[in-house]
This record gives sequence, structure tokens and C-alpha cells, in this order.
Amino acid sequence: MASDQASTPPRLPEIQSHDLPQVIVLHPPPVFNYFKDLFSKKFHLLKAWESSLPRHEFLTNHAHSAQAMLCSGTGPPISADIIRLLPSLSLVVTTSAGLNHIDLTECRNRGISIANAGEVFSEDVADLAVGLLIDVFRKVSASDRYVRHGLWATKGDYPLGSKLGGKRIGIVGLGSIGFQVAKRLQAFGCNISYNSRKRKDFVSYPFYTNVCELAANSDVLIICCGLTEQTRHMINREVLLALGKEGVIVNIGRGAIIHEKELVQCLVQGEIGGAGLDVFENEPDVPKELFELDNVVLAPHMAVFTTESFKDLCDLMIGNLEAFFSKKPLLSLVMNE
Amino acid sequence: MATEDNEVEDPRPLVLIHNLPSFKLPLQDRLITHFRLFDSLASPEASSVRALICVGPTPVTADTLDHLPSLRLVVGSSAGLDHVDLAECRRRGIAVTNSGDAYSENVADYAVALLLDVLRRVSAADRFVRSGLWPQMGEYPLGCKLGGKRIGIVGLGSIGSEVAKRLVAFGCTVAYNSRNKKPSVMYPYYANVHDLAVNSDVLIVCCALTNETHHIINKDVLTALGREGVIINVGRGALVDEKELVQFLVQGEIGGAGLDVFENEPKVPKELFALDNVVLSPHLAVLTPESFEALNKVIIANLKAFFSNKPLLSPFQQE
Repeated sequence: MASDQASTPPRLPEIQSHDLPQVIVLHPPPVFNYFKDLFSKKFHLLKAWESSLPRHEFLTNHAHSAQAMLCSGTGPPISADIIRLLPSLSLVVTTSAGLNHIDLTECRNRGISIANAGEVFSEDVADLAVGLLIDVFRKVSASDRYVRHGLWATKGDYPLGSKLGGKRIGIVGLGSIGFQVAKRLQAFGCNISYNSRKRKDFVSYPFYTNVCELAANSDVLIICCGLTEQTRHMINREVLLALGKEGVIVNIGRGAIIHEKELVQCLVQGEIGGAGLDVFENEPDVPKELFELDNVVLAPHMAVFTTESFKDLCDLMIGNLEAFFSKKPLLSLVMNE
Repeated sequence: MATEDNEVEDPRPLVLIHNLPSFKLPLQDRLITHFRLFDSLASPEASSVRALICVGPTPVTADTLDHLPSLRLVVGSSAGLDHVDLAECRRRGIAVTNSGDAYSENVADYAVALLLDVLRRVSAADRFVRSGLWPQMGEYPLGCKLGGKRIGIVGLGSIGSEVAKRLVAFGCTVAYNSRNKKPSVMYPYYANVHDLAVNSDVLIVCCALTNETHHIINKDVLTALGREGVIINVGRGALVDEKELVQFLVQGEIGGAGLDVFENEPKVPKELFALDNVVLSPHLAVLTPESFEALNKVIIANLKAFFSNKPLLSPFQQE
């Protein structure tokens, strides 16, 4: 991927000499590992990470007239500084559902449209949320470890898990993902409640105006919301204690929605029952105390990682870019709520 | 609960608890409010007892029955009854009940958990993170989406139906094989497991172990399921030809497996320990406190029905 060329400038024409529209990419999104060619066939990708120039120089010299950028949650944040280096930028397409890595205020001021992953992987993320939850309740990974270490033959039966049906599920953020999670867990006989910025008319699940109250009335909290200034560290010790000693928390949103230090402390001290975590505050660093715990299931931010989602995502990103360049409506424009 | 005057005669019916020492009936204490219990075939009461509770997998054989001339009912504590000589019971006019629906939801939950784990690599990813590999190795390989997968359920009984219900909510399509087509069921039916496998991405084995179903999942079926196929077994180990399955998995001729049961528990083929596309559990699909409560209710209900000449709650029916 990143190839540092010492003194020669990158193979990027300074003047637009071909028909393909330009798209700036600061850092390769995960979907490039599998589908980069589909993008390169249709767009002239200005790949900042392949240039030996520092980023701001690269953008100033080579991306001056570029109108569109493709980014992901795993690259550098699309800050006001970066946006200001790109006077022609009018579209940012992100491969994520989340927008916390983009300076939304700056985009709004500049009239820059944003297109995201829409609902393309909501089902896959919901599937993993449910997978993590069942794993914690029924100790799937822990008992797999037990068998692999040869302990079944020597130590006998594994401790009991807990039934999923009848559990009270508190969904934090009833958007596209949260709704899919609810649908699945209802089929297991769970009861659903939620907290969101606003009550949703299309569901009849009980609504709680604050997360603490939701936690107090739930056996499980599933974090499905976006990371914003309001939601940063929203799940703190107070909420976790309200959830209680038997409570389980699952996070497939963003690590920073949970106060990670306090979560680790609660888990280590047995103040909550368990956790399934796909996201962390400082990925890929995961608090090592969690490695000792059998009531915790850990995943490397992979909720969207299926071949089907990646292909659908690729089609959607390309579709948005093509729509933009042919002045048609974007497929997954983010509307301000 | 016996509230009658019990100074003259104990009104509680007599029931034998038949169990090997290593298998205890959970919540046994709850039963003594309803029934007078004893636990030895050598006891003088063995000749008059009409009902026994068989704590699985303690065998009930012709020899066992020879000690119990008055027996008319065997109450099983599990869904599967392959440890009970059903033909012999039938011959002697002895009714048999199993755990009915008590476990079905828990087992169905576990079957879905195993499938999700195999397709989305949950346990393998957990291992990856715990071993500290994430910072070194970067992004994790892609898994497979559950929605849209064609699920083939082998044995659409109580457990199979609960599995189907759950997977439909994930956007899967369901087809099944059972001994007989079920007229009230909308899912497509296949008369044999091979044809079901040909038309499925996943096989979930939920049927009872009998002479007919022994090794029902064999080389032929695994080949039909294909290289991307996944098999989940929450029935009995011997439903699957384990040697063949291990070979298929080791050679990459099948996509993955989630196994709660094995042919020689607690022995698990060691070749499986090295595979990331396999999830293993120590026969615990029923094990939650909630299922023990439910089992207790079913046992009591069956016994009470028997002793008051009413229809049994969960007479054993083969799917």
C-alpha cells in the first residue's frame, strides 16, 4: 500500500489530462483491500498516503481542483484544516455509518455534502451485536476455550449460562442498526426498550428519556448510537451501576461512547455481569485487564466485516460518486437531524 | 402439594429416581412436596412403583425394566431419549415422556449462537484480540453475512421450529427434512437429507438419535453441502459421522462447523482445536437455570397427569 518514493514526485499528473473525475483519498479505507480496482477504473484517485509529500503539501499541490473525497473511520480525521486546503471540495463520501471523524460544522459552513454508508451494513452490525450478546450470556467463546484447552475431559462440565428469552434489552440509539437488533432479539423472546435523541413513532417499544433510567430497567444495554459530543462517555459508572451486577453491555457503536476506564473497573470488580465489545477508545489497544475475564467477549472492530457488506458498500460508494459527478441525487446523503 | 391429613397414609405417589451417580437431577428437592421418592432398583418398593424419572443419560434397558414389574411410565429428563430402550418400553406398554419444550428455546438459542460464531468468527476474533495480535496484524479477515443464507433444518421438532423462527428474523430462508412432511409448516420440505444439503448453505442438526438417524450426516451429505457449507450439531454426536466431518474440515472441503455434541464425549477430536472455522462447546446447549425450572415443571406435570389418569404433557414422539 504505502510506498514511499524518496525524491521523485508521485505518478500523479498535475493537470487533468484524462476524463476520470478526481477523488481524494487520504488513507485507504478497508474496502480498498478487496475492491480498489473497482474505484480506480472509474475515478482518478489522488492517493495522499502514497505521496512522499507531507499531507498539506500534497493537498495544496495536487488536489486543488478536486471536488470529492473518499474517507473512512480508520483514516485521519477530516478536520477543518484539511477541508480549508481544498477549495473545490463539495462532497465527502465516507465508508462508515458514523460521522464523528468529520468536522460537520466546517462542512455545513462550506456547503459540502456528506454521503455515508447508509443502511448497507446495518444487518451485519446487528448480527454481530446479537452474536456478542448471546456469546456473553451463553459463554460460547469461554466454553470453546475450555474445550480447546482439554478441560472438558479433566474438569467436567462447564458452568451454566443464562437464558436469552425474557431478558429486558435496552437499546441505546434506535436508528437503522438499533432497529435491526430489536427485531432479532424479539425473535428470541426478549423485551425491548430504548433511548434515542427523539422518540420514534414507528415502534411501540417503551421509550426512556435518559440512559440511566433505561439501564435501571434493563438487563442488557446495547450501544447502537453515533459518537457525538453529547454521547461521548455517556455510559459511565453511574449508568453501569444502574445496569447492575447481572447486567450485560454490548458496544458496536464507538469506543468513546463508553467511559472505558470505568467499564474496566466495573468488570474487574464484578459490578456488572459481562460485556461484548467490538470497539474501544484507543483501537487497536484493548485494556489488558479484559483478557483475564471470561465474562467478556472482544472483537477487533469487525462488525461490518463481511464479504457481502464490503461489496454492497463498494457499490454504494461508487454509486454516490457517480451520482455526484453526473449531477444526480446522492444515494446516501446524510441529512442533518 | 399434599395438604391432606397425613398421619395415616402418605398420599404422595411413589416415584423411582433412576440415575447414575454422576448425573443428578437438578431441583430434585422440589419434587418431594408432590412425590415420595426412592432411588434404588434393589429396594422392596421397586416391585410396586409405577413411574420412574430417568436422569439422562442413565440407561433404561430391558434389564432395568425387569426389576420394575409394575412400571407404566418413564419420565425422561432430556429431549433426546436414545439412552432408553423405547422398543422395549413399547412392548411392555410403558409410556415415555421427554422434556417437551422445556429446553427448546435454550437449545435453539445455542444453535443460532454457534452459527453466528462460525460465520462471523466471533470466538476466533476473541482469541485474536486476547493474544495481542490486533495491533500487529491490523484488520481482521472478512466473515460471512447471515442474512440470505439458506438454512436446512434436520428434524423440525420443537427445537428445530424455534431455530427456524430465530433465523427468519435474521433474514435467512428455511427448508427442512423430517421423517414426515408437516402439513401446517410453510417451509419447503425435502424427503432426504442429501437433497436438503444440496439446497442449503447451512445444516442445523436438531433431530433425535435413533437407529435410522445414526450417522445421518455422512460423507455424501457433507459433499452435497459443499465447500462453503456450515454444519451445526445440537442433537447427538452420533448423528454425524465424526471421522468424516473432521477430515472434511481439515481438508477445507466444508466451510465450518459449530458442535455442541460429539460421538465420545468428553473426547473431542484434537484436529479440531487448530481450526478457526470451528466452534466447540461441552454439551451445554440446555444448560441454564431457566431450563432446569422449566424441566422441573414438565416432570411434575407429566407425573401428576399420569397419577390422575389424565393425558401426559410430553409423550415422546419421534420427528
